[in-house]
Amino acid sequence: MNSSILNIQNLCCGYPKFQLSEINMNVRKGSFSGIIGPNGSGKTTLFRAITGTLSIKSGKILLGDKNLRLFSLRQRAQSIAIVSQFIDAGDMSVEDYVLMGRIPYHSRFSFFESEEDFKIAQKYMEMTDTWRFKDRLMSELSGGEQQLAAIARALTQQPELLLLDEPTSHLDITHQVHILNVLQQLNQEMGLSVLMVIHDLNLASEYCDQLILVNQGKIHTQGTPEEVLTFQNIEDVYNTVVVTQNNPLSGKPAIFLASRKVLKEIQEKLAE
Amino acid sequence: MQKKYLHWSLYLAGLIVLLVASVVLSLSVGEMNLGFMDIFSILRKGNGSMEYTILSQIRFPRVLLGIAVGGSLSLSGILLQGVYRNPLVEPYTLGISGGASLGVAVAIVFGLQHLIGSFVLPISGFAGAFLIIFLVYTISSRSGRINIQSMLLSGVMISFIASSLMMLMMATTSSENLHGIIFWIMGSLDEPDMSLIYITLILAFTSLVASYFFVQPLNALRLGEEKARHLGINTDTTIKLLFLLASLLAGVSVAVAGVIGFVGLIIPHLMRLLVGSDYRILLVSSFLSGSIFLVLSDVIARTIISPNELPIGVITGIVGGIVFLLMMGRSSLRTLKNN
Repeated sequence: MNSSILNIQNLCCGYPKFQLSEINMNVRKGSFSGIIGPNGSGKTTLFRAITGTLSIKSGKILLGDKNLRLFSLRQRAQSIAIVSQFIDAGDMSVEDYVLMGRIPYHSRFSFFESEEDFKIAQKYMEMTDTWRFKDRLMSELSGGEQQLAAIARALTQQPELLLLDEPTSHLDITHQVHILNVLQQLNQEMGLSVLMVIHDLNLASEYCDQLILVNQGKIHTQGTPEEVLTFQNIEDVYNTVVVTQNNPLSGKPAIFLASRKVLKEIQEKLAE
Repeated sequence: MQKKYLHWSLYLAGLIVLLVASVVLSLSVGEMNLGFMDIFSILRKGNGSMEYTILSQIRFPRVLLGIAVGGSLSLSGILLQGVYRNPLVEPYTLGISGGASLGVAVAIVFGLQHLIGSFVLPISGFAGAFLIIFLVYTISSRSGRINIQSMLLSGVMISFIASSLMMLMMATTSSENLHGIIFWIMGSLDEPDMSLIYITLILAFTSLVASYFFVQPLNALRLGEEKARHLGINTDTTIKLLFLLASLLAGVSVAVAGVIGFVGLIIPHLMRLLVGSDYRILLVSSFLSGSIFLVLSDVIARTIISPNELPIGVITGIVGGIVFLLMMGRSSLRTLKNN
């Protein structure tokens, strides 16, 4: 369980006006990991480098012990499945959308899905509770349902690593918790390695067993939520005063914010 | 068997029956009407009768060219719409017709058909179309990758430039040349050279088969270029090859039959409404429907003001537009009822 699924060594990449530099990080096999950090810190750039969308200037990304650069697009799609923040599948049915996850396994000339493809798609649709609306169009689903269908499609790729880009943004708390519970269940029952970019620090703390805090194109801290979500780290990176206490139910760190007015009142009381 | 595949088989069988029916109708209707059953006996008897000459030398070549050009334009449209993820793109949006028209205008104005022969018109049309495609492709390529949005914009701009240059030629040339250019632009399935018809037909069917090598990438591109790459699709190569295939289809069609509008736009739309957006059924059904549509449009063009003939582009525009609006109306009504 302690071997690495994703190992990034001295990675440098980015855009003319923003660069990630000297990124070194390790994601354990079977872990539920989160990349956190403020807006513009480089989370998405790092995510795009891992997905292969952004080319690497130097360093390497290893999946297991193999360099991702040596993977063909098809091999990459069989090993890493990606759930993007925005899902635009238009007028295709949920089942057709999920079956697209089998494309990396099809030869150029295979025209129809096999019985096995349908069985695999059904299995993951049942796991994500999307089988009940398999005939509905993707465009008719709510944001939460679309995310679940996207997760089912990603699982149908039968990957070693599932990458998600802010899977809970734009969702209400019911759907946020539902999606993360599904991912947690998949992580625990199937041993699937999950790495997601997430903004909500409390959700990251509650669900992830490993966090990578990114700031100004570099990795600030990585470790367990207890090691990463400290008062000092949050203040340094987010430049915001917070209170960290343990969640009374889970024992995980929870972040509390205070408005400027409240902070001023506290300062005045302390001055008295 | 999956219900979806059964539906596809039924649609396909229906379209093949419709194509056969439209071919028989096209062979039998004209200035001289022939009974459906008579067609077979005339063809069996063979050479000698006037009816046989009408069938074999006038109507049959037109039907073959209608199948080839209708199928090619429609297939070209559906491929481009898939590549661009934009249902408003059609072969002519990218300047293919503008380039072909400019090529033909140059040939007519400089009298090349008198110097070399009538074969020069389709060749110059094809050369003009491919010059534009090359320009659009070069402008939109950056270090081996194609920028789809830039390709669309440059296509539209180059199309405008080509049209303006052609209008400049039309404004400054003799009235005889002007008549020749206008006649060609309006489009017609009347092509005397059988070898050109066979080339167009073979190219159309070969391209239909070739397009099925890209059916998975096209389906994956429905999710967007980046997501298709995440599914293991080499989107750069796919886009380049599909663009070339679509351009070749449209370029050859325009070169042989002139500018016949709306087929590449309307037929793919209609098929999406009827059979859905899966390219496995969409490619072949668009091809067949394009063929049916053009063969039937040619029947109307030949017969509506018989013995004179209307330009087929007029019929495709009017009939296609009305049918499309009716289908859209029905579809919107159904959506309203469902909501």
